[in-house]
Amino acid sequence: MDIIATDALTKTFDGFTAVDHISFSVQKGEIFGFLGPNGAGKTTTIKMLTTLLTPTSGSATIAAYNIKTQRANVRENIGVVFQEPALETELTGRENLDFHARMYGLSKDQRLQRIEQVLTLVDLMDKKDVCVKFYSGGMKRRLEIARGLMHSPTVLFLDEPTLGLDAQTRRAIWEYIKHLNREEHTTIFLTTHYMDEADYLCDRIGIIDHGKILVIDTVDTLKKTVGNDVITLTCSDVQRFQQRLAAEPWITNVKQHTSSLTFGVESGEEKIPVIFDIARATNVTISSVNVRRPTLDDVFLSYTGRSMREPDAEKTTSAAKKTRRLFRWGKKQ
Amino acid sequence: MGEETVSHKELQAIYVMWLRQMKRFVRAKSRVVSTIVEPLFFLFILGFGFNIATFPGMEGSYLYFLSPGIIAMAILFSSMFTGVSVLWDRQFGFLQEVLVAPISRLSIVIGRTLGGATVALFQGSLILVIALALGLPIVNVGNIILTVVIMVELSFTAVGFGLIIASKMQDFEGFMSIMNLILMPLLFLSSAFFPISESLPVWLRTLSFANPLFYMIDGIRGSLTGMNNVLDPLVDLAIITFLCVTVMGLGSYLFNKSEA
Repeated sequence: MDIIATDALTKTFDGFTAVDHISFSVQKGEIFGFLGPNGAGKTTTIKMLTTLLTPTSGSATIAAYNIKTQRANVRENIGVVFQEPALETELTGRENLDFHARMYGLSKDQRLQRIEQVLTLVDLMDKKDVCVKFYSGGMKRRLEIARGLMHSPTVLFLDEPTLGLDAQTRRAIWEYIKHLNREEHTTIFLTTHYMDEADYLCDRIGIIDHGKILVIDTVDTLKKTVGNDVITLTCSDVQRFQQRLAAEPWITNVKQHTSSLTFGVESGEEKIPVIFDIARATNVTISSVNVRRPTLDDVFLSYTGRSMREPDAEKTTSAAKKTRRLFRWGKKQ
Repeated sequence: MGEETVSHKELQAIYVMWLRQMKRFVRAKSRVVSTIVEPLFFLFILGFGFNIATFPGMEGSYLYFLSPGIIAMAILFSSMFTGVSVLWDRQFGFLQEVLVAPISRLSIVIGRTLGGATVALFQGSLILVIALALGLPIVNVGNIILTVVIMVELSFTAVGFGLIIASKMQDFEGFMSIMNLILMPLLFLSSAFFPISESLPVWLRTLSFANPLFYMIDGIRGSLTGMNNVLDPLVDLAIITFLCVTVMGLGSYLFNKSEA
């Protein structure tokens, strides 16, 4: 059964198309991830699916309820963890959960039971009576995940769940997410711009860039499309060598960068001597070579032609995103 | 049955929105102190400072004239603060948590208004009690009910006004300057500090009569002390009720729209 199904979902802000006719579906019990750089349209998609923004065109259903016409039903079926913390810092952890539970109409017994359950799940039982303003970033995030689960939603939306957290906390949050997917059978839709996060957590991912979905598939299949091993090499005369290598049938996805080439091969270690022979024959000097298992970054690179880690792209897109958020919420950053 | 559970859910949401504001108010100690102390400064310093002054046609002492104005001022400041605290919630993201809940926007507005009104009424009542302790003469005990009704409506109107500003404002800086720009003239032209009498220039009197706050303060003054009021408190009440409904309606409408 499709828990989320979108049909040409689109959102434009003042002529700028943030989300451009995206169609995808998420099945029950799945962890589905949207992977893309900042400003790709991930948060806008989540805001439309969670009824906070009205789509410009297209539609979507959550648990078979339409996000435009059955907002109340949609809201009952979703839990959301926003990118920016959305906690009442003057209240304690327990009071935040109680507030949420009452907003969702849980009975007194349900409230007491669920608060204990979700706090145990995220290891915050001993901090439940501490004001949230004294929580660390990781604790706040865990509390928000617990809160998203309070009303046992059909699907939990996580917008960049580990943004700005340290490596240890990220790891812990990943474990919680996996755990609740297993234990509570919650379908999870998450967005991230971390490759390793999508790799570790998601059953399937959609790569999104400039508001469009480039590809949706399982992590393994996506990695296979770039080859079993990825070889990166730095050499002289990159362009000529690329043309030469592209002619070899056992080499896939040859991509040229300023002074290096990446491509996919089967059993990379054995292929290195062969590649050196070709280089010698074509008078190209190889100055460095690297063989590794493919990562989602390679997948992203092969679909977008650029790395997600390119700092310039990062800067401009996040600035664009800020401007858009200004439009959306009319707030000062 | 279905209807009943739905409305019960909305009531619980209204209650918890209210509860949250009570907890916030009690815990933000600096806010408690400043919002109580500030109107008291006005009451004591202006009240005793001008107590020997006489205005043409003014009955009783200046302190007694001033007290209803300060009660209204305390309620006005506190309620408007509640209305615009939507801006804070937006800034700190908490508004999103409220908006994705399966609760009608109207319940959110009602819960917030009741929360703000409770805090404001507590502050207004505190000034009232202090004024009574200072010997403020009252018409009769029953009339205090009318005073409280006007205080409630003043509070609702101010929350609604705050909501209107909040849904139009981008940031705090803009809000602060707008607050000063609007509140100061409103207060000075409201008869809170001096009587709006025949001897004043016509333009000033006209502006006063165009000032919604004037009717609120005149109503409190008339119902409470029965002195120095221009209109019958019941006439004031009718005008205030009309204003209250209009402003609250517009405030909720804009709040709804600004988040869609």
